[in-house]
Amino acid sequence: MSSKGYIALILFVILGFAGVWRLQERIDVQQRAVETEDDQVMLRSSKLVKGLSLEYAPLVADIYWTRVVQYFGNKHAGQQLDLRLLWPLLDVTSVLDPYLMPVYHFGSMFLSDAAPRGAGRPDLAVELLERGLRANPDEWRLYYDLGFVYYFDMKDYPKASAAFYEGSKNPKAYFWMKTMAARIAAEGGSTETSSFLWQDVYNTTSDPSVKENALTHLQLLRAQEDCKQIDAAAAEYQKQFGRRLATMSDLVLSGLLLGEPVDPLGYPYVLSEAGKAEINSESPLRKKWIKAPASK
Amino acid sequence: MAEPAIDIENLTKDYPYGFLQLKKRRSLESLTMQVQEGEVFGFLGPNGAGKSTTIKLLMRLIFPTAGSARILGKPISDIAMHRDIGYLPEQPYFYDYLTAAELLDYFARFHDFDAAERRERVERMLKRVGLESAGRLQLRKYSKGMLQRVGLAQAILHDPAVVVLDEPMSGLDPVGRREVRDIILELKKHGKTVLFSTHILSDAEMLCDRVGVIVGGKLQGVGAPSELVGLKAQGMEILFELPESAASATGGGELLAQATRTGDRYRLQVEESGLYAAMERLHAAGAKILSVTQVKPSLEEYFMHLVEADRAQAAAVEVRAK
Amino acid sequence: MTRVATVALNTFREAVRDRVLYNLVFFALVMMAAAILVGQISIGIEQIVIVSLGLSAISIIGLLISVFIGVGLVSKEIDKRTLYALLAKPLRRWEFILGKFAGLALTLAVNTAAMAAGLFLALFYVKHSIGRADTAVLVAVYFILLKLALVVALAMLFSCFTTPLLAILFTAGLYIAGLFVHEMRGLQAGMIDPVLGRLLRWISYVLPNFENFDVMGAAAHGRLIPGMLIAQNTIYATLYCAIVLVVAMAIFSQRNLK
Repeated sequence: MSSKGYIALILFVILGFAGVWRLQERIDVQQRAVETEDDQVMLRSSKLVKGLSLEYAPLVADIYWTRVVQYFGNKHAGQQLDLRLLWPLLDVTSVLDPYLMPVYHFGSMFLSDAAPRGAGRPDLAVELLERGLRANPDEWRLYYDLGFVYYFDMKDYPKASAAFYEGSKNPKAYFWMKTMAARIAAEGGSTETSSFLWQDVYNTTSDPSVKENALTHLQLLRAQEDCKQIDAAAAEYQKQFGRRLATMSDLVLSGLLLGEPVDPLGYPYVLSEAGKAEINSESPLRKKWIKAPASK
Repeated sequence: MAEPAIDIENLTKDYPYGFLQLKKRRSLESLTMQVQEGEVFGFLGPNGAGKSTTIKLLMRLIFPTAGSARILGKPISDIAMHRDIGYLPEQPYFYDYLTAAELLDYFARFHDFDAAERRERVERMLKRVGLESAGRLQLRKYSKGMLQRVGLAQAILHDPAVVVLDEPMSGLDPVGRREVRDIILELKKHGKTVLFSTHILSDAEMLCDRVGVIVGGKLQGVGAPSELVGLKAQGMEILFELPESAASATGGGELLAQATRTGDRYRLQVEESGLYAAMERLHAAGAKILSVTQVKPSLEEYFMHLVEADRAQAAAVEVRAK
Repeated sequence: MTRVATVALNTFREAVRDRVLYNLVFFALVMMAAAILVGQISIGIEQIVIVSLGLSAISIIGLLISVFIGVGLVSKEIDKRTLYALLAKPLRRWEFILGKFAGLALTLAVNTAAMAAGLFLALFYVKHSIGRADTAVLVAVYFILLKLALVVALAMLFSCFTTPLLAILFTAGLYIAGLFVHEMRGLQAGMIDPVLGRLLRWISYVLPNFENFDVMGAAAHGRLIPGMLIAQNTIYATLYCAIVLVVAMAIFSQRNLK
């Protein structure tokens, strides 16, 4: 081919792809209008997908898992509350590859966490973890996750204790799980227990978003404790001076508190209308203060 | 002189080979050759000499490294020129799901015939190559000889001025070869130019006006078959019979030693000058003279001589390279 | 152009005589079984199952034909040397490529149309009516056909310069890559290295985006597909096919046959 021919060919290809690019952008707009959530899950029936995957089930599981991560990531970023599809995705993935640990670990976290962080379905998290335990009885970490869900999201202390206990039977498990089981059985929920568990998560995880989440929980627990102490001081004030606390500074002046009480982020606590201590509305911690769901 | 039907000038072809395709093997070196209008030209050479390469270059199945060629005055890149040429590839293979009639019809569609003329030509061609009865049979059921005939038919279907045949007799039985020879001669009678390649020398001797001999990628000689080998006779050959009993008791012992023996028959080559002396001695020894013939050099010997020379040269090159 | 048509029609004839169209029997059996089963078991989702299954089958069978026969279009002719006598005719090499493409495209069109008819029959059997919403299914089938044409073009391109096996792998690979363009864009947004990110973005636009042609969800739920998308996809497929075929023609025109 002559050099003129080559140049013409290359020009044609470049122009062609430029056209393709422009066109693709327009098509993307159209496609977004056509498609819906439902379409994105591929297929929902776990048995059907497993059957169709033949011997490539673990590979398909990986693809589904990537979808879950992206899905959750997208939803998270987009602050959308509708996490209906999370369970079907996790369901199919765990059937395709029952040995895929992150599915159970992160999946239960996404499921059980209250909205808007998660789907708010700790019951499904429990089901997922139990499925994981059936396939991987040696995975003590799943008992750990299970204990977590029962303790924090379902406030079911007997079951939480039982989960930690079962997990502790495995010689590889964290040494404190047995003690934890006993403590929860004895005391039910307590700030120390909760702080300990979240601290453990903070120390052991390498995932930055999980670490941040744990830190937030720790800060909130700290704030909770602080407010309790402030309330105790306020009650003492009432007893001593015979009237209700008016401002926070009164407490400091009266000597019942050593200094201006601030939350872990440095914002001073304020008094609510009812005279109870609260996190300052300016504090970023305020936004993360989520009323825990009523226990089941 | 009128313009040659096929005019090849310095045609060269290198084939890359080796791991990264960096080394080159020269399969055709600066071929310059002409085929005149109306002649039957034989392209001779041993296997791998470059005959097929040349023909494929002419047909633009492969592209030259250097050089050019013209057919009927037009460069080979001119696709319209293909209307006037017919080509039979080496060991042809055609779409086996078609019948011969369908294949010919398919090929005919690339020329400008109307439907009626196309039909008529297909019928005529099938008859000409003796495939009338098998015309409706799928090509996958054809024997090699039948396929060769279909190949010939598609090459001449459109009545081309130049016909190029690559090893047209290969794999044919004597009957088939005879038929192909007849068709070539008929084409010549109609003034067509025929270029065919072969390594069967007797066919070339019989059919060709001129031959070109190619060995090791180089053209070694072009000319009429008789011209090439020289007209000089090389002596005489005596065919005689001598029974076993008499063989030992003769004075012609040295003569017998020189002869080639098959049972009781001997062939002896002698110089023309010494013919009668040898005959007398044999007669005296009691041999029965069966025939005396002139020994003419054959195309085969000329051919073998060239091949040997080429091999020797190649060996020398290898030795030098080491 | 008549030369192109001649080659195209012969290619179609070859496909028919090679019994490619027998796949329709297999498809028919699958659809019949599905229609009958679905009629027995499910409540209210017959449409979704039949349409999804039917479109998936049309797509998969079509893809198999496109890739395997598409690769063979050129490589078979070269290997078996049937091409030699043909190229001695007044036929340009690019006309040959275009004709082969058109022939297989025609075969696929016929095949797909037949399967679409089968699909509608099955749909009618379970729903006992065909409504306006079902035109979405027709559009989905048309999109599948566009997709198949593009796959054929790619298969031909690769078979012009690599071995048949490699051509099959490359074509299949490109097809699968083209299904994950969406993911690629998502990945690209979260990438640490901006240069890599931009490169990924470029690749995601240059790759043939086969997701464009996927409207199975809409068709299954009977949602109408906008005419704008139909026009855009048609232009996309045509343009991309043109690019691929022109390159294939250029490569083939230079190729030394063995």
